[in-house]
Amino acid sequence: MTQEATQSLITDEMRATIGQESEPWTLEVDKLSVRMFARSVGHTDPVYYDEAAAKAAGYRSLPCPPGYLGTPIFNPATSDSTFGGRRGAGPGPQPSRPLTRILNGGTEIEYFDDICAGDVLTATTHTASFEERTGSIGQMLITTSKTVYKNQNGKVVAIMTGTGIRY
Amino acid sequence: MAFKVGDKHEAVVIENVVRTHIVKYAGASGDFNPLHHDDTAAKGLAGYPSVFAHGMLSMGLTGRMVTDWLGKGNLKKYGVRFTKQVWPGDTLTAKGEVTNVADAGNGKQLVTVKLVTVNQAGESVVEGEAVAEV
Repeated sequence: MTQEATQSLITDEMRATIGQESEPWTLEVDKLSVRMFARSVGHTDPVYYDEAAAKAAGYRSLPCPPGYLGTPIFNPATSDSTFGGRRGAGPGPQPSRPLTRILNGGTEIEYFDDICAGDVLTATTHTASFEERTGSIGQMLITTSKTVYKNQNGKVVAIMTGTGIRY
Repeated sequence: MAFKVGDKHEAVVIENVVRTHIVKYAGASGDFNPLHHDDTAAKGLAGYPSVFAHGMLSMGLTGRMVTDWLGKGNLKKYGVRFTKQVWPGDTLTAKGEVTNVADAGNGKQLVTVKLVTVNQAGESVVEGEAVAEV
């Protein structure tokens, strides 16, 4: 039974972080950032570039294209220099064995209202679960996180569920 | 436009991925993980053959097909799994098929579509689902 020899990657210290809500961070949605994102994924619909077209389509300003939920405000004192988000918002306590590779396993976004240029979002995140699986790439640690985005009126506009794979 | 179960749509969402595409996405998203723009880091630190695209770039590209097809601003849910990495040189085709249509209760349809984005070898790189009020 070689399975028994495989040590669990999930430590008590990791389990203790499940459900712990992070400090909030702020993301801005502005016309420049919507245009940059839309351009990077090749949108040609004018609503993402031209405010008059967006307003004619019923939006307050340029709407966020699918997959874009604002840009974290960068502060060199507190932001992560690689990812732009809050520093220390990373994976948390380390698993029992160091895992060097990380993949984005998946992302799901539920939308509850329009998000448009001019909006300021506040997000908090927590780890929802840790799981481990052995697949073609060996022993993997799967972390599911949930991030809630509220707009400037305190309304929840989106919830993102993210799945990270470390191996 | 009324949608019905079985309706299909597909679009080539990116042809011949080059590092410029990946760098544009890095700038737009603020994600400067070197695995996505620095070949030396991708090979040396992690043993990958080269840089590869952000999963979220594939999600954004697939999302473009969704809003071009179903209309923008009415997405209720958009979820994907990243099933294979996307490498420089890849060409991606996003495919959608309507799997459910319900009455949204306001004269609109709540349309669920299954999504698969494949590379030039026909391998899926993104699989997911979107729900839109149309």
